Amino acid sequence: MSTLVMTDVVRVHGEGETAVHALRGISLTVAPGELVAVMGPSGSGKSTLLHLAGGLDSPTSGSVVVDGVDLAGLNKKALAAVRRRHVGYVFQDFNLIPALTAVENVSLPLELDGMSVRRAKAAALACLESVAVADIATRFPDDMSGGQQQRVAIARSLVGERRLILADEPTGALDSGTGEQVMALLRERVDAGASAVIVTHEARHAAWADAVVFIRDGVLVDQAGPATTPAVLLGRLA
Amino acid sequence: MSIRHGLLALLTENPKYGYQLRAEFEERTGGTWPLNVGQVYTTLARLERDGLVLPKETDAEGRHRYALTDEGSAEVTTWFAIPVPRDSAPRDELAIKLALALATPDVDVSALVQTQRVETMRTLQNYTRLKAHANDAEVAWLLALDALLFQIEAELRWLDHCETTLLRQPDHPAAPVGHTNTGTHDVVELPIGSTGVSR
Repeated sequence: MSTLVMTDVVRVHGEGETAVHALRGISLTVAPGELVAVMGPSGSGKSTLLHLAGGLDSPTSGSVVVDGVDLAGLNKKALAAVRRRHVGYVFQDFNLIPALTAVENVSLPLELDGMSVRRAKAAALACLESVAVADIATRFPDDMSGGQQQRVAIARSLVGERRLILADEPTGALDSGTGEQVMALLRERVDAGASAVIVTHEARHAAWADAVVFIRDGVLVDQAGPATTPAVLLGRLA
Repeated sequence: MSIRHGLLALLTENPKYGYQLRAEFEERTGGTWPLNVGQVYTTLARLERDGLVLPKETDAEGRHRYALTDEGSAEVTTWFAIPVPRDSAPRDELAIKLALALATPDVDVSALVQTQRVETMRTLQNYTRLKAHANDAEVAWLLALDALLFQIEAELRWLDHCETTLLRQPDHPAAPVGHTNTGTHDVVELPIGSTGVSR
Protein backbone atom coordinates (compact mmCIF):
# COMPACT_ATOMS: atom_id res chain seq x y z
CA MET A 1 0.00 0.00 0.00
CA SER A 2 1.26 3.44 -0.88
CA THR A 3 2.13 5.60 2.09
CA LEU A 4 0.88 8.78 0.47
CA VAL A 5 -1.60 9.19 -2.38
CA MET A 6 -2.54 12.70 -3.47
CA THR A 7 -5.11 12.88 -6.25
CA ASP A 8 -6.02 16.01 -8.23
CA VAL A 9 -5.28 18.18 -5.25
CA VAL A 10 -6.32 21.82 -5.62
CA ARG A 11 -5.71 24.49 -3.01
CA VAL A 12 -7.11 27.98 -3.50
CA HIS A 13 -6.54 30.68 -0.91
CA GLY A 14 -9.23 33.35 -0.82
CA GLU A 15 -11.93 33.69 -3.44
CA GLY A 16 -13.14 35.76 -6.37
CA GLU A 17 -10.75 38.22 -7.96
CA THR A 18 -8.13 37.91 -5.27
CA ALA A 19 -8.09 34.09 -5.15
CA VAL A 20 -4.62 32.60 -5.24
CA HIS A 21 -4.30 29.17 -6.77
CA ALA A 22 -1.52 27.64 -4.71
CA LEU A 23 -2.01 24.16 -6.18
CA ARG A 24 -3.87 23.50 -9.42
CA GLY A 25 -4.49 19.78 -9.52
CA ILE A 26 -1.54 17.79 -8.30
CA SER A 27 -1.33 14.02 -8.16
CA LEU A 28 1.51 12.31 -6.39
CA THR A 29 2.02 8.81 -5.00
CA VAL A 30 4.80 7.77 -2.64
CA ALA A 31 5.39 4.10 -1.89
CA PRO A 32 7.31 2.57 1.02
CA GLY A 33 11.01 2.69 0.25
CA GLU A 34 10.56 5.73 -1.94
CA LEU A 35 12.15 9.14 -1.55
CA VAL A 36 10.59 11.93 -3.59
CA ALA A 37 12.14 15.37 -3.90
CA VAL A 38 10.07 18.41 -4.83
CA MET A 39 11.81 21.30 -6.52
CA GLY A 40 10.52 24.61 -7.75
CA PRO A 41 10.94 28.36 -7.40
CA SER A 42 9.62 30.18 -4.34
CA GLY A 43 5.88 30.59 -4.46
CA SER A 44 5.44 27.56 -6.72
CA GLY A 45 3.43 25.66 -4.14
CA LYS A 46 6.07 23.32 -2.67
CA SER A 47 5.33 24.07 0.96
CA THR A 48 1.57 23.99 0.40
CA LEU A 49 2.04 20.52 -1.07
CA LEU A 50 3.88 19.39 2.04
CA HIS A 51 1.31 20.92 4.40
CA LEU A 52 -1.51 19.15 2.59
CA ALA A 53 0.35 15.84 2.59
CA GLY A 54 0.72 16.04 6.36
CA GLY A 55 -2.83 17.16 7.10
CA LEU A 56 -1.72 20.59 8.34
CA ASP A 57 -3.95 22.15 5.69
CA SER A 58 -6.94 20.83 3.72
CA PRO A 59 -7.34 20.83 -0.05
CA THR A 60 -10.05 22.90 -1.75
CA SER A 61 -10.71 19.80 -3.84
CA GLY A 62 -9.05 16.47 -4.48
CA SER A 63 -8.00 13.86 -1.95
CA VAL A 64 -5.05 13.12 0.32
CA VAL A 65 -4.70 9.55 1.60
CA VAL A 66 -2.06 8.69 4.21
CA ASP A 67 -1.47 5.01 5.02
CA GLY A 68 -4.85 4.18 3.52
CA VAL A 69 -6.73 6.84 5.50
CA ASP A 70 -8.49 9.60 3.55
CA LEU A 71 -7.78 12.76 5.52
CA ALA A 72 -10.91 14.48 4.19
CA GLY A 73 -13.20 12.20 6.19
CA LEU A 74 -11.56 12.93 9.54
CA ASN A 75 -12.62 15.24 12.33
CA LYS A 76 -10.02 17.38 14.09
CA LYS A 77 -9.20 14.80 16.73
CA ALA A 78 -8.79 11.93 14.27
CA LEU A 79 -6.66 14.12 12.01
CA ALA A 80 -4.40 15.00 14.91
CA ALA A 81 -4.03 11.29 15.65
CA VAL A 82 -3.00 10.55 12.04
CA ARG A 83 -0.46 13.35 12.22
CA ARG A 84 0.97 11.96 15.46
CA ARG A 85 1.04 8.32 14.45
CA HIS A 86 1.73 8.27 10.73
CA VAL A 87 3.53 11.44 9.74
CA GLY A 88 6.83 12.91 10.87
CA TYR A 89 8.06 16.38 10.07
CA VAL A 90 11.61 17.54 9.58
CA PHE A 91 12.27 21.27 9.35
CA GLN A 92 15.12 23.46 8.20
CA ASP A 93 15.62 24.81 11.74
CA PHE A 94 15.24 21.36 13.40
CA ASN A 95 12.46 22.54 15.78
CA LEU A 96 13.70 20.57 18.77
CA ILE A 97 12.44 21.68 22.16
CA PRO A 98 15.43 23.41 23.83
CA ALA A 99 14.46 22.41 27.39
CA LEU A 100 14.38 18.69 26.55
CA THR A 101 17.27 16.29 25.94
CA ALA A 102 17.64 14.41 22.65
CA VAL A 103 15.93 11.31 23.98
CA GLU A 104 13.12 13.37 25.59
CA ASN A 105 12.53 15.22 22.32
CA VAL A 106 12.17 11.92 20.48
CA SER A 107 10.01 10.22 23.11
CA LEU A 108 7.64 13.16 23.51
CA PRO A 109 5.28 12.30 20.61
CA LEU A 110 4.92 8.76 22.00
CA GLU A 111 4.22 10.00 25.50
CA LEU A 112 1.65 12.47 24.15
CA ASP A 113 0.05 9.50 22.47
CA GLY A 114 -0.35 7.75 25.84
CA MET A 115 2.65 5.44 25.90
CA SER A 116 4.33 4.91 29.29
CA VAL A 117 7.41 7.03 29.85
CA ARG A 118 9.63 3.96 30.21
CA ARG A 119 8.49 2.37 26.94
CA ALA A 120 8.60 5.68 25.12
CA LYS A 121 12.18 6.30 26.29
CA ALA A 122 13.23 2.82 25.17
CA ALA A 123 11.68 3.33 21.73
CA ALA A 124 13.29 6.78 21.48
CA LEU A 125 16.71 5.38 22.35
CA ALA A 126 16.40 2.66 19.73
CA CYS A 127 15.45 5.33 17.21
CA LEU A 128 18.43 7.52 18.13
CA GLU A 129 20.58 4.44 17.71
CA SER A 130 19.23 3.92 14.19
CA VAL A 131 20.36 7.42 13.20
CA ALA A 132 23.74 6.97 14.92
CA VAL A 133 23.36 9.55 17.71
CA ALA A 134 22.59 7.33 20.70
CA ASP A 135 25.75 8.70 22.33
CA ILE A 136 24.23 12.16 22.69
CA ALA A 137 20.86 10.99 24.02
CA THR A 138 21.14 13.03 27.22
CA ARG A 139 22.37 16.22 25.59
CA PHE A 140 20.27 19.33 25.11
CA PRO A 141 19.83 20.83 21.60
CA ASP A 142 22.07 23.80 22.46
CA ASP A 143 24.95 21.40 23.07
CA MET A 144 24.60 19.66 19.71
CA SER A 145 25.90 20.56 16.25
CA GLY A 146 23.40 21.35 13.52
CA GLY A 147 23.96 17.95 11.95
CA GLN A 148 23.33 16.19 15.27
CA GLN A 149 20.16 18.20 15.85
CA GLN A 150 18.86 17.24 12.42
CA ARG A 151 19.62 13.57 13.12
CA VAL A 152 17.64 13.81 16.35
CA ALA A 153 14.82 15.53 14.44
CA ILE A 154 14.82 12.68 11.91
CA ALA A 155 14.67 10.17 14.77
CA ARG A 156 11.69 12.11 16.18
CA SER A 157 9.99 12.04 12.78
CA LEU A 158 10.29 8.24 12.62
CA VAL A 159 9.67 7.15 16.20
CA GLY A 160 6.72 4.84 16.73
CA GLU A 161 5.06 3.34 13.71
CA ARG A 162 5.47 6.41 11.54
CA ARG A 163 6.55 5.76 7.99
CA LEU A 164 6.03 9.06 6.20
CA ILE A 165 8.66 11.75 6.59
CA LEU A 166 7.82 15.20 5.25
CA ALA A 167 10.90 17.37 5.19
CA ASP A 168 10.96 21.07 4.35
CA GLU A 169 14.49 22.12 3.33
CA PRO A 170 16.03 19.65 5.80
CA THR A 171 19.56 20.63 4.77
CA GLY A 172 18.92 24.36 4.51
CA ALA A 173 20.73 25.30 7.71
CA LEU A 174 23.63 22.88 7.32
CA ASP A 175 26.98 23.15 5.58
CA SER A 176 27.27 21.10 2.43
CA GLY A 177 29.13 18.17 3.97
CA THR A 178 26.70 17.82 6.88
CA GLY A 179 23.80 18.31 4.48
CA GLU A 180 25.06 15.35 2.44
CA GLN A 181 25.23 13.21 5.57
CA VAL A 182 21.66 14.11 6.47
CA MET A 183 20.54 13.17 2.95
CA ALA A 184 22.47 9.90 3.20
CA LEU A 185 20.67 9.21 6.49
CA LEU A 186 17.23 9.98 5.02
CA ARG A 187 18.08 7.71 2.09
CA GLU A 188 19.07 4.96 4.51
CA ARG A 189 15.86 5.24 6.55
CA VAL A 190 13.81 5.21 3.35
CA ASP A 191 15.71 2.16 2.09
CA ALA A 192 14.79 0.55 5.41
CA GLY A 193 11.08 0.96 4.56
CA ALA A 194 10.02 4.55 5.29
CA SER A 195 8.66 6.99 2.70
CA ALA A 196 9.77 10.57 2.37
CA VAL A 197 8.87 13.73 0.54
CA ILE A 198 11.47 16.44 0.76
CA VAL A 199 11.26 19.98 -0.48
CA THR A 200 14.62 21.39 -1.42
CA HIS A 201 16.19 23.93 -3.71
CA GLU A 202 19.55 22.14 -3.65
CA ALA A 203 19.86 20.00 -6.77
CA ARG A 204 22.65 17.96 -5.25
CA HIS A 205 20.43 17.00 -2.33
CA ALA A 206 17.37 16.37 -4.49
CA ALA A 207 19.56 13.95 -6.45
CA TRP A 208 19.39 11.47 -3.55
CA ALA A 209 15.72 10.92 -4.37
CA ASP A 210 14.18 8.15 -6.46
CA ALA A 211 12.05 10.72 -8.22
CA VAL A 212 12.46 14.47 -8.48
CA VAL A 213 9.27 16.35 -9.29
CA PHE A 214 9.34 19.89 -10.59
CA ILE A 215 6.55 22.19 -9.59
CA ARG A 216 5.70 25.47 -11.27
CA ASP A 217 2.76 27.66 -10.35
CA GLY A 218 1.02 24.90 -8.52
CA VAL A 219 1.37 22.26 -11.21
CA LEU A 220 3.78 19.35 -11.50
CA VAL A 221 5.48 19.98 -14.80
CA ASP A 222 7.89 17.11 -14.97
CA GLN A 223 9.70 14.49 -13.08
CA ALA A 224 13.06 12.85 -13.28
CA GLY A 225 13.69 9.29 -12.25
CA PRO A 226 16.93 7.41 -12.48
CA ALA A 227 18.12 6.97 -16.06
CA THR A 228 20.36 4.29 -17.41
CA THR A 229 23.70 4.37 -15.72
CA PRO A 230 26.48 5.13 -18.18
CA ALA A 231 27.98 1.83 -19.31
CA VAL A 232 31.47 2.77 -18.19
CA LEU A 233 30.29 3.16 -14.61
CA LEU A 234 28.09 0.09 -14.43
CA GLY A 235 30.78 -2.05 -12.88
CA ARG A 236 30.86 0.37 -9.99
CA LEU A 237 27.32 -0.40 -8.87
CA ALA A 238 27.44 -3.61 -6.95
CA MET B 1 44.73 16.98 -19.87
CA SER B 2 46.19 14.54 -22.29
CA ILE B 3 46.68 10.82 -22.00
CA ARG B 4 50.32 11.65 -22.58
CA HIS B 5 50.69 13.48 -19.29
CA GLY B 6 48.69 10.87 -17.49
CA LEU B 7 51.02 8.10 -18.60
CA LEU B 8 54.13 10.12 -17.80
CA ALA B 9 52.79 10.77 -14.29
CA LEU B 10 52.20 7.06 -13.72
CA LEU B 11 55.77 6.27 -14.83
CA THR B 12 57.20 8.58 -12.15
CA GLU B 13 56.79 5.86 -9.56
CA ASN B 14 58.62 3.12 -11.50
CA PRO B 15 58.93 1.67 -15.04
CA LYS B 16 55.77 -0.06 -16.25
CA TYR B 17 54.38 -2.14 -19.12
CA GLY B 18 51.72 -0.70 -21.40
CA TYR B 19 48.95 -2.97 -20.15
CA GLN B 20 49.89 -2.01 -16.58
CA LEU B 21 49.64 1.66 -17.47
CA ARG B 22 46.20 1.20 -18.94
CA ALA B 23 44.88 -0.62 -15.87
CA GLU B 24 46.42 1.89 -13.46
CA PHE B 25 45.19 4.87 -15.43
CA GLU B 26 41.62 3.62 -15.24
CA GLU B 27 41.88 2.64 -11.63
CA ARG B 28 43.32 5.93 -10.46
CA THR B 29 40.75 8.00 -12.34
CA GLY B 30 37.92 5.88 -11.05
CA GLY B 31 37.00 4.54 -14.48
CA THR B 32 35.84 7.98 -15.58
CA TRP B 33 38.20 7.91 -18.53
CA PRO B 34 38.43 4.47 -20.15
CA LEU B 35 41.43 3.89 -22.43
CA ASN B 36 42.00 1.15 -24.92
CA VAL B 37 45.35 -0.53 -25.02
CA GLY B 38 45.96 0.71 -28.57
CA GLN B 39 45.77 4.34 -27.38
CA VAL B 40 48.31 3.52 -24.70
CA TYR B 41 50.85 1.98 -27.11
CA THR B 42 50.41 4.75 -29.69
CA THR B 43 51.00 7.33 -26.97
CA LEU B 44 54.05 5.47 -25.66
CA ALA B 45 55.51 5.34 -29.19
CA ARG B 46 55.12 9.12 -29.47
CA LEU B 47 56.62 9.69 -26.05
CA GLU B 48 59.60 7.54 -27.06
CA ARG B 49 59.97 9.51 -30.31
CA ASP B 50 59.97 12.77 -28.31
CA GLY B 51 62.63 11.45 -25.95
CA LEU B 52 60.39 11.45 -22.86
CA VAL B 53 60.38 7.67 -22.22
CA LEU B 54 62.74 4.80 -22.96
CA PRO B 55 61.91 1.12 -23.49
CA LYS B 56 63.68 -1.03 -20.87
CA GLU B 57 63.77 -4.77 -20.42
CA THR B 58 61.40 -7.02 -22.37
CA ASP B 59 59.18 -9.75 -20.98
CA ALA B 60 58.66 -13.26 -22.44
CA GLU B 61 56.01 -11.98 -24.85
CA GLY B 62 58.31 -9.28 -26.19
CA ARG B 63 56.62 -6.39 -24.41
CA HIS B 64 58.69 -3.50 -23.15
CA ARG B 65 58.68 -1.93 -19.78
CA TYR B 66 58.91 1.85 -20.18
CA ALA B 67 60.85 4.27 -17.99
CA LEU B 68 60.94 8.08 -17.82
CA THR B 69 63.93 9.94 -19.23
CA ASP B 70 65.18 13.11 -17.49
CA GLU B 71 63.22 15.13 -20.03
CA GLY B 72 60.16 13.03 -19.20
CA SER B 73 60.55 13.76 -15.48
CA ALA B 74 60.85 17.47 -16.19
CA GLU B 75 57.68 17.33 -18.30
CA VAL B 76 55.73 15.76 -15.43
CA THR B 77 57.02 18.36 -12.96
CA THR B 78 55.98 21.17 -15.29
CA TRP B 79 52.57 19.61 -15.87
CA PHE B 80 51.80 19.47 -12.16
CA ALA B 81 53.14 23.00 -11.65
CA ILE B 82 51.06 24.82 -14.24
CA PRO B 83 47.28 25.26 -14.11
CA VAL B 84 44.98 23.68 -16.66
CA PRO B 85 44.31 26.38 -19.26
CA ARG B 86 40.78 27.71 -19.29
CA ASP B 87 41.16 30.17 -22.16
CA SER B 88 40.04 27.93 -24.99
CA ALA B 89 36.27 28.27 -25.09
CA PRO B 90 34.69 24.87 -24.70
CA ARG B 91 32.10 23.95 -27.25
CA ASP B 92 29.10 23.66 -25.03
CA GLU B 93 26.32 22.15 -27.10
CA LEU B 94 23.66 23.14 -24.60
CA ALA B 95 24.64 26.82 -24.52
CA ILE B 96 24.76 26.90 -28.31
CA LYS B 97 21.42 25.13 -28.56
CA LEU B 98 19.79 27.64 -26.23
CA ALA B 99 21.25 30.61 -28.09
CA LEU B 100 19.97 29.22 -31.38
CA ALA B 101 16.59 28.39 -29.87
CA LEU B 102 16.19 32.04 -28.83
CA ALA B 103 16.98 33.10 -32.38
CA THR B 104 14.64 30.61 -34.00
CA PRO B 105 10.93 31.40 -34.27
CA ASP B 106 8.44 28.96 -32.77
CA VAL B 107 10.84 27.23 -30.42
CA ASP B 108 9.49 26.85 -26.90
CA VAL B 109 12.59 27.82 -24.97
CA SER B 110 10.98 27.26 -21.56
CA ALA B 111 10.15 23.72 -22.58
CA LEU B 112 13.69 23.24 -23.84
CA VAL B 113 15.09 24.40 -20.49
CA GLN B 114 12.75 22.13 -18.54
CA THR B 115 13.41 19.08 -20.74
CA GLN B 116 17.11 19.61 -20.22
CA ARG B 117 16.62 20.08 -16.49
CA VAL B 118 14.98 16.67 -16.21
CA GLU B 119 17.78 15.02 -18.16
CA THR B 120 20.50 16.77 -16.18
CA MET B 121 18.80 15.93 -12.89
CA ARG B 122 18.69 12.27 -13.92
CA THR B 123 22.40 12.33 -14.47
CA LEU B 124 22.89 13.97 -11.09
CA GLN B 125 20.75 11.24 -9.49
CA ASN B 126 22.87 8.56 -11.11
CA TYR B 127 26.18 9.95 -9.98
CA THR B 128 24.75 10.53 -6.50
CA ARG B 129 23.76 6.88 -6.41
CA LEU B 130 27.29 5.90 -7.38
CA LYS B 131 28.68 8.16 -4.68
CA ALA B 132 26.36 6.65 -2.10
CA HIS B 133 27.74 3.21 -2.96
CA ALA B 134 31.37 4.30 -3.05
CA ASN B 135 33.88 3.16 -0.51
CA ASP B 136 35.21 6.03 1.64
CA ALA B 137 38.75 4.75 1.12
CA GLU B 138 38.57 5.24 -2.64
CA VAL B 139 39.54 8.87 -2.45
CA ALA B 140 40.52 9.33 -6.11
CA TRP B 141 37.25 7.79 -7.30
CA LEU B 142 35.21 9.91 -4.87
CA LEU B 143 36.92 13.09 -6.01
CA ALA B 144 36.46 12.17 -9.66
CA LEU B 145 32.76 11.65 -8.95
CA ASP B 146 32.59 14.96 -7.10
CA ALA B 147 34.06 16.70 -10.15
CA LEU B 148 31.21 15.31 -12.24
CA LEU B 149 28.64 16.19 -9.58
CA PHE B 150 29.84 19.79 -9.35
CA GLN B 151 29.76 20.17 -13.13
CA ILE B 152 26.24 18.80 -13.39
CA GLU B 153 25.08 20.92 -10.49
CA ALA B 154 26.53 23.99 -12.20
CA GLU B 155 24.55 23.16 -15.32
CA LEU B 156 21.34 22.94 -13.28
CA ARG B 157 22.05 26.32 -11.72
CA TRP B 158 22.69 27.77 -15.12
CA LEU B 159 19.35 26.34 -16.34
CA ASP B 160 17.58 28.00 -13.38
CA HIS B 161 19.37 31.20 -14.24
CA CYS B 162 18.27 30.95 -17.90
CA GLU B 163 14.70 30.46 -16.80
CA THR B 164 14.60 33.45 -14.45
CA THR B 165 16.35 35.63 -17.01
CA LEU B 166 13.82 34.68 -19.68
CA LEU B 167 10.99 35.35 -17.26
CA ARG B 168 12.17 38.92 -16.87
CA GLN B 169 11.67 39.53 -20.59
CA PRO B 170 7.91 39.92 -20.88
CA ASP B 171 7.97 40.51 -24.63
CA HIS B 172 9.89 37.43 -25.42
CA PRO B 173 7.89 34.59 -26.94
CA ALA B 174 9.59 32.27 -24.48
CA ALA B 175 8.30 34.33 -21.61
CA PRO B 176 6.23 32.59 -19.12
CA VAL B 177 4.17 30.78 -18.17
CA GLY B 178 2.01 31.32 -15.26
CA HIS B 179 4.11 33.88 -13.48
CA THR B 180 1.91 36.82 -12.65
CA ASN B 181 2.82 39.10 -9.85
CA THR B 182 -0.49 40.92 -9.78
CA GLY B 183 -2.23 38.36 -7.64
CA THR B 184 -5.26 38.46 -9.91
CA HIS B 185 -4.37 35.71 -12.28
CA ASP B 186 -6.80 33.21 -13.60
CA VAL B 187 -5.91 29.84 -14.95
CA VAL B 188 -2.71 30.30 -16.86
CA GLU B 189 -1.67 28.29 -19.85
CA LEU B 190 1.13 25.92 -19.08
CA PRO B 191 3.90 25.64 -21.59
CA ILE B 192 4.83 22.08 -21.06
CA GLY B 193 3.41 18.85 -19.92
CA SER B 194 -0.17 18.48 -18.91
CA THR B 195 -1.86 19.14 -15.62
CA GLY B 196 -0.20 17.00 -13.08
CA VAL B 197 1.99 14.01 -13.48
CA SER B 198 0.64 10.80 -12.05
CA ARG B 199 3.17 8.49 -10.66
